[in-house]
Amino acid sequence: MTSAQAPAVVRLTGVDKVFHVGDQTTTALTGIDLEIRRGEFVSLIGPSGCGKSTLLRIIADLIDPSGGEVAIGGKTAGDARRARDYGMVFQAPVLFDWRTVEDNVRLPLEIMGWDAARRTSKAREMLDLVELGDFLKHYPYQLSGGMQQRVAIARALAFEPSILLMDEPFGALDEMTRERMNSEVLDIWERTGTSVVFVTHSIPEAVFLSSRVVVMSARPGRITRIIDVDLPRPRNEETRESTHYFALVTDVREALRDGQAGRDGASAGGSGTGSLDRVRAEDGVG
Amino acid sequence: MATVATRPPSTGDGARPSWVRGVVVGGIVLLGVALVWEGVKFLGGVPWREPLALPGAPVLHDPPFRWQFANDLNLPHVWNIVLTFFEPWQRNADQNVAQYLIGTALYTWREAALGFLLGAALGLFLATLFVHSRLLERAVVPYVVASQTVPIVALAPMIVFAVGPSVAAVVIVATYLTFFPVTIAMIRGLRAFDPRAMELMQSYAASRSEIFWKLRLPASLPYLFTALKIAATASIVGAIIGEGPGGINDGLGRAIITFNQYYITGPEKLWAAIVVSAALGIGFFALVRGAEVLLMRDRPADAQG
Repeated sequence: MTSAQAPAVVRLTGVDKVFHVGDQTTTALTGIDLEIRRGEFVSLIGPSGCGKSTLLRIIADLIDPSGGEVAIGGKTAGDARRARDYGMVFQAPVLFDWRTVEDNVRLPLEIMGWDAARRTSKAREMLDLVELGDFLKHYPYQLSGGMQQRVAIARALAFEPSILLMDEPFGALDEMTRERMNSEVLDIWERTGTSVVFVTHSIPEAVFLSSRVVVMSARPGRITRIIDVDLPRPRNEETRESTHYFALVTDVREALRDGQAGRDGASAGGSGTGSLDRVRAEDGVG
Repeated sequence: MATVATRPPSTGDGARPSWVRGVVVGGIVLLGVALVWEGVKFLGGVPWREPLALPGAPVLHDPPFRWQFANDLNLPHVWNIVLTFFEPWQRNADQNVAQYLIGTALYTWREAALGFLLGAALGLFLATLFVHSRLLERAVVPYVVASQTVPIVALAPMIVFAVGPSVAAVVIVATYLTFFPVTIAMIRGLRAFDPRAMELMQSYAASRSEIFWKLRLPASLPYLFTALKIAATASIVGAIIGEGPGGINDGLGRAIITFNQYYITGPEKLWAAIVVSAALGIGFFALVRGAEVLLMRDRPADAQG
């Protein structure tokens, strides 16, 4: 599906981010080099504080990098944002309480000046895509968490952005719902051909979804490894049970552990499972 | 689909019963106040005669104590206050007190409502400026606060000097009292959106005005209505106070001044005017509350005020 020859939609070169709080400075990201090609599904995974959400917001032009370059399809991140290249999905659905499901999906289209008839037909098309066609006139609070998140995905895809940025979109969902949503997202991605940058805490989720998994480590936030996921597509329940899938999950887990060990020094590095538990513990907090 | 809620959009559950309950509880509280009132008079008032009895009629009850604050001038009997509504409001007048006070109350309400609308608009305008400019907020908000420390009884005559004795002067006084709560509440309210919703709007490259109309303002409605309910009662107070120096003879302010002048001969009439003023305030408050319920009916219950 993705090929190395496809042009880069996101190119990060030497990106740094330093936060100043009072007289304290925190290096959130340092020396980030990353290229994401068109139609790729790339996950950013790492412990809390590794700066993966910060990196996503830098790509989205919601915060400025302290150094380095961000190029989005040859444009600056700011120009890409103004050209409405980004669809955003957060951990919480962030639906507007006062709008119906349908009106929530129409919101970006209103802002982008679509005419009313096109807005309506597109919103309905997107809600059919996420199988919520029967809930157009419901209000967000009348839906379950998983359904709300599907509305958020429909909203993000409605204006056909060239890049979909997802910040732990399924982090608040139970495991069963999460697996189903993973399959749905893959299905939508395959049908729309959008490039996806996906921030997650979950190793199985990252492997199942991605073309590549970018492993990050904390303090300072940096990329420690990029793992190619060459599982065949379409991916399904069989994929989750294949030995190659398990091997890749183990790869990512070890890469995370190495990143942790590098940070914590020899004491933690000696006991692999110990530092892995720490990753998990931080997952829970994050 | 474990927790699929399929009930259609509807008004808040049990909105009507809670409204009815409010009225019933309010009535019980009112009855309680009347009982305490008459209890005080029973213990420390002056000897009771029948309502509307002529001097010299037989005494029905002689209270054991004589408390000055509970005499018939300071604390007239509840039934005499009720009965006074049906007396002519002044000698040889065609209208009784009830008709007269309702007429003046409606007149005052029109002034107050105009001041309320102008004050709400001014407050909303100022708050909108302030949330878009920290500099303006820091520079001007202290003066907005200071404006409210000037006693309205000192300010009202100055406003009347400036614009002349007229309804306009009264409306300005009402506006002056109402813009403040709206300004302060909306500085907060217009920033009460979910920060991620703002990121979302920025990712759409939404303009400031789109962010205002589609995010800031709808997200601020709980704050707006809290402020408007305060403003509604404040506008009534402002209008009543403004009517005196404003030279308005058709409103509650004039009625209160008149009944105050004749307090010695008919204290019940002033109390009747106070009752009607209070009812007007409650009525205006309830009107704003009704608008709130109507506008917020689709929101989850925890977002409703």
